[in-house]
Amino acid sequence: MIEILDGLSQAVDLIVTLNPEVFGIAALSLYISLAATVLAALIAIPVAGLIHFREFRGKRVLIVLIQTLYSVPTVVVGLLIYLMISRSGPLGFFGLLFTPEGMIVGQMILIMPIMMGLVISALSGVGSDIRDMLISLGATEFQGIVAIVKEARFAILSAVVLGFGRAISEVGVAMMIGGNIRGATRVLTTAIALETGMGNFGFSIALGIILLSIALIVVVVLNIITAGLSRDQLVALGGQH
Amino acid sequence: MIRITGVSRRIGNRAILDGIDLEIRKGEIFTLIGPSGSGKTSLLRLLDLLDLPTTGSIAINGSVTDVSAQERLSLRRRMAMVFQKPAVLNSTVEENVASGLKFRKIPGDEISRDVAGALNLVKLSHLTGRRAVTLSGGEMQRLAIARAIVTRPDILFLDEPTANLDPANSEMIEDLILHINRKFSTTIVLSTHDLIQGQRLAHRIGVIMDGHLVQAGNLDSVFYHPVNRAVASFVGIEPVRGGIVESSENGLTTIAVGDVRIEAITGERPGTRVALCIRPEDVTLGLPDASPSHGSARNFLQGTIKKMVPLGPYTRVTADYSGMLLNAVLTGKSCDELNLSVGSSVTASIKATAIHVIRDE
Repeated sequence: MIEILDGLSQAVDLIVTLNPEVFGIAALSLYISLAATVLAALIAIPVAGLIHFREFRGKRVLIVLIQTLYSVPTVVVGLLIYLMISRSGPLGFFGLLFTPEGMIVGQMILIMPIMMGLVISALSGVGSDIRDMLISLGATEFQGIVAIVKEARFAILSAVVLGFGRAISEVGVAMMIGGNIRGATRVLTTAIALETGMGNFGFSIALGIILLSIALIVVVVLNIITAGLSRDQLVALGGQH
Repeated sequence: MIRITGVSRRIGNRAILDGIDLEIRKGEIFTLIGPSGSGKTSLLRLLDLLDLPTTGSIAINGSVTDVSAQERLSLRRRMAMVFQKPAVLNSTVEENVASGLKFRKIPGDEISRDVAGALNLVKLSHLTGRRAVTLSGGEMQRLAIARAIVTRPDILFLDEPTANLDPANSEMIEDLILHINRKFSTTIVLSTHDLIQGQRLAHRIGVIMDGHLVQAGNLDSVFYHPVNRAVASFVGIEPVRGGIVESSENGLTTIAVGDVRIEAITGERPGTRVALCIRPEDVTLGLPDASPSHGSARNFLQGTIKKMVPLGPYTRVTADYSGMLLNAVLTGKSCDELNLSVGSSVTASIKATAIHVIRDE
């Protein structure tokens, strides 16, 4: 009990005094996860649109596969990417292993399925009545797609925010690809794991509070976004928020 | 304006529409009536080029519609449809109304002017900046109408536009439909299961039942001369069955219904089994002991009241005339003056010309 109280008071001290190491780690975490989220969104949204708006064989199987990948363990993604970008791997010449850029790639791949799946759900949440109305109003196929994406914008944004939540809170990829190198690839989650192991509870708690604060901001943003969603769109998101 | 030839639509093994032939004229309000699920919406969707017919053809202004997607788009852009359940985009009222114009790449200043005009017409100008999803049902339907007419369509399709609305909002929408038809000469095709609305709005009416267009014509032909028993029942006439044509003389035909003899006008030959369509408002009731003022009516029947059902300001009186049941509609005041009640005796007088005779097959 005393350890926890000591840890808490140290944590408050570290945060109030704006400890450079604590905030350096937090800033790196934000940079890596935000970059991963933006890149994943740039790929996931158009691909999800393509899957949703095109009819092809195996579409349902593909969607089930994407949904299965929502729960892929972070360490499995970490392992696969490690094998790809390690010196002897096929992409080793990029020199991405143990760099923030490697972590960005890893987190991007990790969150892509959930983002893609939720964007497909978001687009499906725009009912056939809206689609009929757009066609009837004289929209071309492209104008119709743009209008439907616009209609699903809040749900799509929610999917992106959820992806960010998964990226910033994961530890497997960050540990395996980043290597938890102090001042270079140490992020909030890997730092907490390490410092706790070393008995530096104050440092861990301080990082934990920051991580939770980021989670809180994510939830608040999500709530603001979902306030703009229709009931059908909320159902389409399947209570993932 | 619209020529529909042999149009059918099947989904799997189910026939939704079967062998529809119909012509809708320029500038008219054509109303499709029929029970729920009879195929009214399916036909409107075919006409708005949202679906394709399985067989048959549709021509709009002489242009056939089984053409390339691009040509269908340009045909579709001369029409507009208001759906039964109005769908609105998650944006402002103004942006919703502007969407059709934006798809047509109309310049911004023209869009603002036309949208303002359309909103003014449907009396939604005060809600321009409101989020459309927060509107009431009636307001949403008016928004949908504004969004449809802002593109100045040649043809406007309305699918049960007042199905979910209260009487005040329904009347407002009906007035609007008449106004649009008169002001812009827009051809309007409207579906409804509300017969009063059908009569109020339509220049001509088509009756769809079970995927078939059973009858099409002006109000008089559909409401007073239904082609068969199903149409008669749907338009509010419960046909009297079991009639047999006895004889014809001087243009008047005598029909036996049990022990009752009815005079009517029909070309059916003696011996033919027929049903009689008599609209309740064409049956005049009187008291048996009152001095008869028959006027020109040919039929006088003595009967006993079996049932009286109040219908707002009217009362429907069902009486038994020697085994033949007939409905009459009276005002509450007439009922009071005649002192009618269940069990009392009445005389019914019906003009021969008010009786429509159909074959009872």
